[in-house]
Amino acid sequence: MRLFQEDILKNIQFEDDLILKVDHLQTTFYTHMGQVKAVRGVSFDLRKGEILGIVGESGSGKSVTAMSIMGLVDEPGRVSGGSIRYGNLELTKLKDSEMNQLRGKEISMIFQDPMTSLNPVFTIGQQLKEVILTHTSLTGAEAHERAIQLLRMVGIPEPELRVRQYPHQFSGGMRQRVMIAMAVSCNPKVLIADEPTTALDVTIQAQILELIQNLKTKLDSTVILITHDLGVVSEICTKVNVMYGGLVMESSDVIDLFENPQHPYTNGLLQSVPINVRGEKARLIPIDGTPPDLLKPPSGCPFSPRCPHTMGICQKEAAPLFRINDRHCAACWLHSPEAPQVPGYVQSKVGEE
Amino acid sequence: MSAMLEIKNLKKHFITGHGKGRKVLTAVDGISFSIRKGETFGLVGESGCGKTTAGRTIARLYNPTDGQILFEGVDIAKMTDRELRSYRPKLQMIFQDPYASLNPRMTVQDIIAEGIDTYKLAKGEERQERIYQLLDKVGLKREHATRYPHEFSGGQRQRIGIARALALNPEVIVCDEPISALDVSIQAQVVNMLEDLQKEFNLTYLFIAHDLSMVRHISDRIGVMYLGKMMEIAGSDDLYEEPLHPYTQSLLSSIPLANPRQKNFLNRIMLEGEIGSPINPKPGCRFASRCRYAKPDCFTVSPELRELRPDHFVSCHYAENLVPNVKKEEKIQP
Repeated sequence: MRLFQEDILKNIQFEDDLILKVDHLQTTFYTHMGQVKAVRGVSFDLRKGEILGIVGESGSGKSVTAMSIMGLVDEPGRVSGGSIRYGNLELTKLKDSEMNQLRGKEISMIFQDPMTSLNPVFTIGQQLKEVILTHTSLTGAEAHERAIQLLRMVGIPEPELRVRQYPHQFSGGMRQRVMIAMAVSCNPKVLIADEPTTALDVTIQAQILELIQNLKTKLDSTVILITHDLGVVSEICTKVNVMYGGLVMESSDVIDLFENPQHPYTNGLLQSVPINVRGEKARLIPIDGTPPDLLKPPSGCPFSPRCPHTMGICQKEAAPLFRINDRHCAACWLHSPEAPQVPGYVQSKVGEE
Repeated sequence: MSAMLEIKNLKKHFITGHGKGRKVLTAVDGISFSIRKGETFGLVGESGCGKTTAGRTIARLYNPTDGQILFEGVDIAKMTDRELRSYRPKLQMIFQDPYASLNPRMTVQDIIAEGIDTYKLAKGEERQERIYQLLDKVGLKREHATRYPHEFSGGQRQRIGIARALALNPEVIVCDEPISALDVSIQAQVVNMLEDLQKEFNLTYLFIAHDLSMVRHISDRIGVMYLGKMMEIAGSDDLYEEPLHPYTQSLLSSIPLANPRQKNFLNRIMLEGEIGSPINPKPGCRFASRCRYAKPDCFTVSPELRELRPDHFVSCHYAENLVPNVKKEEKIQP
C-alpha cells in the first residue's frame, strides 16, 4: 500500500542544523468536564546533536508536548494551535498515513513504562521485526538478523535466544533496552525518550542513560529526554526546558540553568533537592502550595500563586520569554526592565553577565 | 540512647506455587539492626531487595518466619494478634502509594479516626476535636474532614496517611517510601513535615526509600539491603562518603547528581547485570555474581556483618582491602 503513496520523506530539507522547530504549540483535551489545556503555547528549537531535557512535574505538559510531536495525542485531545516543523515538513498538517512514514523512521519514541509498552502475546523478535519491515525493504530473514543485531547493540546477552522470547521473560531494565532497540531500529534522526528510567532502579537507570548517550553518538541522532529528575538532566542533557502548567518557564544550556537559574520556579526546584554536606542537616526549602489545576489554570503566570516574588502583573498576564543571554531565557516578569529590584534575587545575577 | 527497636536475624520467606512447583522465596533472609529512640533509620536498596517486606514484617503486617523484633526489649515477633493489640498503636505505618492506601469510600475523618474507633479511645466531640487537631498537624484544613480521598492531590493524600499514622500517638513509624510517588516540589514539603513531627512527638522512624539523596538527608543511620541480606550499616555521612561494601559503592556512584560540572558518569562504577532472584538463592555472598572484586570463596562462604570501623558495619570478606585508608588506620592502631 505504501507504494501508491507519495513518499514524503524524500523531500525533507533541513535548514542548517535546525531539526525541529516547535512554535506556540497548543494541545487541548476536550473532556466532559471542560477543556484541559495541557500545552498552552510552547516554543523551542532542537538542533542537531543536542540532548534536550524537558523537565517538569506531573501535569506540566512535558509528555503531551512529546506526544504532540509524535502525532500521538489521543481523543479527546488534539493539537489546537501552533506549529511543529520538522525540516520543511509541517507535522501538525500531516495525514495519519503520512505520519506513519515518519514515525519510527525519522522520529521515534521510547515510552515511560516498559512493562505496558510491549505486546505480551508477541515475541520480542516479532515486535522488532514489525518496525523494521514497515520502514525498510529488508526480507523477513534479514529483518530477523537485524533484530538480533539490535538486541546485541543495546546490551542484551544471548540475543539469538532472547529474540524468540516473550516480554514477560524480560526484567524491567531489559524491557527498556528492547524498547530502545525498537526505537533506534531505523536510525531515526530524533529520539524522544519519555521518562525512560523512572520505573527503574538507580543502577539500572545509570546503565540505560549510558546506553542512550552511546547510541546517540553512534547513530548521530538528536535526543529529547523528558524527565522530572534534575539529576538525570544534569548528567546527560546539553540544553534544558523547564515546564510548568503547560508553559516553558525557562530555557537554557544545562550548566547555566543549574548555576544561574533565572526563574523562581527553577530556583525553587533546585532548592527543594537536598544538598548533603557532612555534619550539616540544612532544612529543605519546599515550594509552597500545589501545582495548578489545568481545568482552571490561574490567569497570568501559572506559577504566580506559589511564587515568592509574585507581583500584580503576574496574575494578569503570562510573562514572555525574556532573553538573559544567547543561550538562556526565562519567562518571568522580574526580567522586565520595568520590574522592581528584588534584593538578592535574579537581577543581581543578570547584572553580572 | 537506648534501642527502641532491635531486629535480630529477622527472616521472612514466602511460599510460591504448589506441589512440585513449590518454591521458597527468601524475601528477607536474616537481617539484624537496631534503631535508637528518636532516630531515623534509613533502609535502602533496589526493588526486590526485601526492604518493603522487612518494613512490613517489623510493623507485624506479616508474620516473620524466624528471628526477633524487640520493641523496647519485648519480643513482638511471635506474639499473637491478641497480644499485639497493646503494641499496634505504638508501631504505625505510612504507605508508599497514597492512591491505594486510602479507602475511597471512607471520608477523611473516618480514615484518620479508624484507629481511634478500633481502640475506643475517644467518642463524639472529643473524637472530632482529635481529628481537627491531627488535620492541623499535617497541614490540612478542618473542612477537609468530611471529604473523600479522590478530592485530594497526591501530596495531600500522603498527609492524610500521616495523620492516620499519628492518631494513636505512636512511638515508631515505619515509613515505606512515603515520598516516592510525589512531585519534586511536594516531596520537600512532606519531608520537612516528617522532620517537624519527629521533633514534636519524639518519634522514631524506619524510613524505607530508594531515593538515595533524600535518604541521606533524613536519616541518622542507613542500612543497605541486597537480595534479602544487609550489606552495610553506617551513619549516613560515613556511608555516603566512605562506603565500604562494593555494592554500596556502585549504588552510590549511580546517583545522578544535580550538578552538571560534576558528572558522576566519569567515575561511575557501572554494575553489570541485574539483581538476581530471591528464589533458592545460591550459597555465598548474594552480591558475588555482580561484584568485580569477587574471589572464589565469595561464592561459597556467606559473609557475616562485622564492625569494620566504629559504628560502621559491613558484610564483605574483603572490605578492608577495598578501601586504602582502612589499612592505614590499622597500621597506626597497634
